Amino acid sequence: MDLQFSDEDRIFQQTVRTFLEQNLPTDIREKVENGFHLGRDDYVRWQTILSKQGWLAPEWPEEHGGANWTPVQRYIFSEESARAFAPRLIAFGLKMVGPVIYTFGSNEQKKKYLPRILNNEDFWCQGYSEPGSGSDLASLQTRAVLDGDHYVVNGTKTWTTMAHFADRMFCLCRTDPDAKLQEGISFLLIDMKQPGIEVSPIRTMDGSAEVNTVYLTDVKVPVGDRVGEENKGWTYAKFLLGHERSGIARIGASKAQLQKLRDIAAQQRCGDGYLVEDADFAREIAQVEIDLHALEYTELRALMAAAKGEAPGPEANALKIRGTEIQQRIAELLMQAIDYYAIPYVPEAMEYGYNEESVGPDYAAPLAATYFNMRKTSIYGGTNEIQRNIIAKMVLGL
Amino acid sequence: MDFALSEEQQLLKDSVDRFVADNYEPSQRRELMAADDGFSRDHWKMMAELGWLGAALPEEYGGIGGGPVETMVLMEGFGRGLVVEPYFASVVLGGNLIQQGGSDAQKAELLPKVADGSLMLAFGYAERQARYDLFDVETAAKKNGGGYILDGHKGVVIHGGAADKIVISARSAGGARDADGITLFLVDADAPGVTVRDYRTIDGQRAAEVALRNVEVSGDAVIGLVDRGLPIIEAVAGRAIAALSAEAVGVMDAMQSLTNEYLKTREQFGRPIGTFQALQHRMVDILIACEESRSSMLVATLRVDEKDATARDKASAAAKVKIGQCGRFVGQNSIQLHGGMGMTDEMHISHYFKRLTMIDTMFGDHAYHLKRYVTL
Repeated sequence: MDLQFSDEDRIFQQTVRTFLEQNLPTDIREKVENGFHLGRDDYVRWQTILSKQGWLAPEWPEEHGGANWTPVQRYIFSEESARAFAPRLIAFGLKMVGPVIYTFGSNEQKKKYLPRILNNEDFWCQGYSEPGSGSDLASLQTRAVLDGDHYVVNGTKTWTTMAHFADRMFCLCRTDPDAKLQEGISFLLIDMKQPGIEVSPIRTMDGSAEVNTVYLTDVKVPVGDRVGEENKGWTYAKFLLGHERSGIARIGASKAQLQKLRDIAAQQRCGDGYLVEDADFAREIAQVEIDLHALEYTELRALMAAAKGEAPGPEANALKIRGTEIQQRIAELLMQAIDYYAIPYVPEAMEYGYNEESVGPDYAAPLAATYFNMRKTSIYGGTNEIQRNIIAKMVLGL
Repeated sequence: MDFALSEEQQLLKDSVDRFVADNYEPSQRRELMAADDGFSRDHWKMMAELGWLGAALPEEYGGIGGGPVETMVLMEGFGRGLVVEPYFASVVLGGNLIQQGGSDAQKAELLPKVADGSLMLAFGYAERQARYDLFDVETAAKKNGGGYILDGHKGVVIHGGAADKIVISARSAGGARDADGITLFLVDADAPGVTVRDYRTIDGQRAAEVALRNVEVSGDAVIGLVDRGLPIIEAVAGRAIAALSAEAVGVMDAMQSLTNEYLKTREQFGRPIGTFQALQHRMVDILIACEESRSSMLVATLRVDEKDATARDKASAAAKVKIGQCGRFVGQNSIQLHGGMGMTDEMHISHYFKRLTMIDTMFGDHAYHLKRYVTL
């Protein structure tokens, strides 16, 4: 047993670190570091840099443009990226529909879609949730009816992150309304730039609009854009959810936020000194650090077990639960750290390049909004309660 | 990076598991607890013969040359079995005190006897006013020719009653809370002026109050340098914390599987109680707490010999915090999920709960170490 990365992995870590230092554009780094909004262009710019380096989809098979990294190297890359305040890669194409296509798709689909994901020509969004189908996803109602060589799709998808950026959507549709819930669903690839699709932003409580409702009215989808067999979509959807869970705990991002919390606490006056010296606050920070550290090694243990080919256990679900709890806790403490200056709401100050004098400390502007925004983490991707249901059933046999 | 046991370590684990399966049925443990010493001398001999007592000691002193991972494997197994033999007191504390602080002559004389089980050691360091501060020592050591005279009182000396020799921390210079001026002495348990009051502990082990009245010891009894005992105590405490963490993780794992099994078999309202979501989610949180505790324990174990003192001490304090907190959660909720049966002495779950609770107090509880972590 030992805790050290191998020499090879340490060299790799240094390579990644140097690459990030030299290639991550300053304005993008500053946006991420300060919690400002990123536009589609920011993502395209950064992902294009990675794509040229061959690092955009390292986990893909080499024949489709993957980098053949070990799980440990993938972990190191995502850790270092978070540490350097690089944007999180947009998962919908790279980590979700991409793997579904190269695993279950037709040759035409592979040829058509995979390069466009790698070149950042297509941004994807995920058409899963519906107004009546949240945690109970299999109850979805969006209907796809076969009409000659294409399906006609009608329904409503919601909580669709980045639909306003997206060129395409992978979408679960009901193709057999008479079958059992999970057995009548198909997995369709839908062009978002066509008549019948209306994207309507949902403003969330933090003031941002990263999620949308997507209305589909008589949308035409060629049969060739159905992945795999008709009515087998649930299988592919489950594969997708279980596929790429490394980094699900967001350890690197939490570490970076924790450092920010320390920095801010060191600047906030408190009594005769600074907040970071306050015994109670210092203990709160220490507690999160200890929890984060324990979770980090829980993820590494899972990673090493996976590298040895052991079957995955409860890790992915457990990491999601604890990882999000820790992210939320850090966001809480960041907001607490700025006391009254959590209250002012100046949306312009949350945009990059704001030149006015700030209300309160510079760093305070987005912290309350971020706190509110982070409540989503225990809800999305399967609520933490659903994650517990899964562990209870699959691992504990209850 | 690697979290897997080596082949030899796996064999060691298998042999502990077998020992526990063969010798530690709840009824067997009950008999041991009622025995004079509170444990079995036969088991102790068996542990020596199996090489366990010397597993982490150097080969030149009759050991097998293992390290913290071997200790971890043993302690985790002892946790799962709620083993009551004085391995922790005699080998982890006693053996490490000699190893870390002893002269070559002391090591050559004492360690082989620790490894073959013929010498039982204990460590008297705690005092009533000190809470968990290892440097707060009032027991006095006064110069007496070439030797010393010891006066004072050491509390809750684990397995002090069975020990042949007890290592005592005493103040040879400075004020009661000075880091310098503490010296370690190896004292015969039957030396004139030593009174050992042996008693049962609430978690099925044994401990003793050790009173020292004008106890004369020779200069040879000093372990390490005069006045410089604290670094030795701290080094041993780091190892003790790693070992106790492993024991706690063993206890928690046992509680987790007993409780999960109970949820599947106990029926109410016409179905197993494990079908109720409120209980399922609690059980999942128990599982997660066990996994996080194991991670903290592994890091503390693998950093025991770390050169970077801050990294080492942080890992150790973090393990105390995490395992103390998770242990409380797992313990309390395992009892809760067992309902009324969990309250009984008859159900083994309550014995696990008591041991787990008391492990937290050893070498500083989770609150103490959270405070300490901030200063590191």
